[in-house]
Amino acid sequence: MSGIKTFPKGGLHPPGRKALCSSVEIKNAVIPPVLTVPLQQHLGKPALPLVEPGMEVREGMLIGRADGFISANVHSPVPGRVKSLKAVFLPNGLQTQAVEIEFFGEFDRSGRRTEGRKWEDLGAEELLKIVEDQGIVGMGGATFPAHAKFKVPQGTRIEYLVINGVECEPYLCSDHRLMLEKPREIIRGIRILRTIIQPEKIAIGVELNKADAIEALRKAAEAEGLPLAVVPLKVKYPQGDEKQLLKAVTRREVPSGALPSAIGAVVSNVGTVFAVYEAVALDKPLIERVVTVSGGAIAAPANLKVRIGTPIRSLIEECGGFREPPVKLVAGGPMMGFTFYDPETPVTKGTSGILALTKQEAAAAPRTFCLQCGKCIAVCPMGLNPTGLFKLIDHSGYARAVEGGLLDCKECGACAFACPAHIPLVQGFKLGKLMSRKEL
Amino acid sequence: MEDEKLKLITGSPQIHSLASTSRVMGGVILALLPAGIWGVWLFGPRAGAVILVSLAGAAAGELIGAGLMKKNTLADGSAFLTGLLVAYNMPVSVPLYVPATASLFALLVAKWTFGGLGNNWINPALAGRVFVFFSWTSAMTKWTLPVKLTGAAEAVTGATVLGAVKTGLADLGGPGGGGPVEFLKSLDFPASAFAQDLARGFQGLTGLETEALKWDLFFGLTPGCIGEVSTLLLLLGGAALLFTRIINWEIPFFYLGSFALLTGIFGGLPFGKGLFAGDVVFHLLSGGLILGAFFMATDMVTSPLTKKGMIIYALGTGFLTFLIRQYGSFPEGVSLAIILMNIFVPVINRYTGPKRFGVAKTKTKAA
Repeated sequence: MSGIKTFPKGGLHPPGRKALCSSVEIKNAVIPPVLTVPLQQHLGKPALPLVEPGMEVREGMLIGRADGFISANVHSPVPGRVKSLKAVFLPNGLQTQAVEIEFFGEFDRSGRRTEGRKWEDLGAEELLKIVEDQGIVGMGGATFPAHAKFKVPQGTRIEYLVINGVECEPYLCSDHRLMLEKPREIIRGIRILRTIIQPEKIAIGVELNKADAIEALRKAAEAEGLPLAVVPLKVKYPQGDEKQLLKAVTRREVPSGALPSAIGAVVSNVGTVFAVYEAVALDKPLIERVVTVSGGAIAAPANLKVRIGTPIRSLIEECGGFREPPVKLVAGGPMMGFTFYDPETPVTKGTSGILALTKQEAAAAPRTFCLQCGKCIAVCPMGLNPTGLFKLIDHSGYARAVEGGLLDCKECGACAFACPAHIPLVQGFKLGKLMSRKEL
Repeated sequence: MEDEKLKLITGSPQIHSLASTSRVMGGVILALLPAGIWGVWLFGPRAGAVILVSLAGAAAGELIGAGLMKKNTLADGSAFLTGLLVAYNMPVSVPLYVPATASLFALLVAKWTFGGLGNNWINPALAGRVFVFFSWTSAMTKWTLPVKLTGAAEAVTGATVLGAVKTGLADLGGPGGGGPVEFLKSLDFPASAFAQDLARGFQGLTGLETEALKWDLFFGLTPGCIGEVSTLLLLLGGAALLFTRIINWEIPFFYLGSFALLTGIFGGLPFGKGLFAGDVVFHLLSGGLILGAFFMATDMVTSPLTKKGMIIYALGTGFLTFLIRQYGSFPEGVSLAIILMNIFVPVINRYTGPKRFGVAKTKTKAA
């Protein structure tokens, strides 16, 4: 056994294709004339709109207020005027209300990079309030409101704060570039989280294909005097899943159906940590994020810092358009991301990547009967029997599928990636979960 | 941006491995081809006719079976593979309606009555073989001594090594003295001039004494079914399947391993020897063992889903093969052993489910 940690069961190695833009520096994306800012960019209830058509907005102004605890504030990414409130489709098929903003006028904060706030003296309560006010959500893709995640229930001891710098999805490099270019900011973000969560130990898990990022984080942590372990991890999908990451770093298994807090751990993505830093130190709401624009069909793949609400079309144009016609447009990574057809779809807080895949990249075998080959079982990181669950769901046996562990499935797509019969396992599980919620 | 035609909307994952059903089947077919070519070279063009008839029967069976379900599944390659395996399990002299019937039975009865590929509980090729074996037993047990072995002008009928040993021992009514190779020598079982030269040369080179008969078995200069004779080429094909991960190593390893262990311990008993005196090499090289272990016991559809299950299944197959070969009334046990273990696969699957992440061991339950 090598000393490099990973999770023990399942997993596989899809083609990484990170080289397309892992060495491309993050640059600011062009701000389009009109932005569409959805009011639901997070898990939970949509934000309530605070603006009306015709109203002028400033950069960073609150335009949607969180509706309840599991919800998140939405801010205007640019100065301008509200053009309309309209319904938009997000790549995940969700329809939500959005604020359409015509961009004009002066930026209030753009270019200001100095720390405006003496954050080192603030306490946990105050910091958590800032995180909540600034609309921070988990930026690894799940978009769970950050204040809800970081609020440690009374009486719970958090032993581990584990920062997720794994980025195991193929193509995506946004976290990689962030760790490389902003290690100091990330370490400061971790210091803020340390104050909020009060963990005993802190670790950052990074896959070994990002050795330069590991180095940068170690140096920055030393410079900031923050005791933490940067843990190199084997390159294996889905290493970046919360439970797999915790297993690799802490050797503990989050029990089925439980949250990481059950084993005394909190996990946060590096992108979220960076957003927390900016929110606290620069008093900046979550109005932009790093997006990897890549895929074989993109002329010049890049990592762009994008204002939330920017239409994807604008990003693709900025990357030189298509070198060949794509067959699929994907929001997120290729393993868990969603296809969408409308290039006007806006970037949201959870958009880690935009991929335009060629026919060759998206190639899949024709669907046949299940061969009972067992590959899906061999690659499932949760120790499930995907083919068995799929058959149960196919025959409306939702209760038995739940008994068999359906709700443990995180839809990582390892089974469906490996399946030689090209059975739509993940869709089956999504359907099964939906139906079991309805029925049971 | 130009307005392109509608993009594909698909569920995740958006990318897929290159694995496909037809690639799996194609890989197995390619790995089987050298042994079949050897069979045609050894037994002559009639072996080719048997293969073609088997393939035609399989194609017909697939077209009818799938046609009844309004499907066309010929392209997945599985029917071709079944047809090929049926032919490989036929003696060369068999009347052509036998392989045709076997293939039709394999596809129509063993496969499509259960719903086609993936739904059959029994390996179709073996079902076809066993069906015709019990229907036309004498035709299925008439073997040809290839001219390349005997050096005679014409091929003559004769027994396979396993058949000769079994009937020889039965005629004797008692233990045979020596081992299977010595026993075959006493029955004047031929060894090819090539193998005799090879054994001599090998001894000159390394000082080790080897039996010419085993060289014949290794290269495939021996009577038997068309596709089972060349151990060497089957091993190469099996290695290719292992290397490309089309099959798992667990099944051939534990199948051959348990069989070798039992044969090593008890194989000497019929020859009046004590325990631990069995001729393992002879038994590994003879009959359909290698073909069965790498190409038929490993059939995905009819073998267990998890590694743990595969190991149990393979151990059972090894045990049954040993039992039938040594104590059964047939000289060969591979087909029956695999079919018998096919029956247990659903039970094995039930009790060898994967260990779930984050679930205490006592609570594991198969899905």
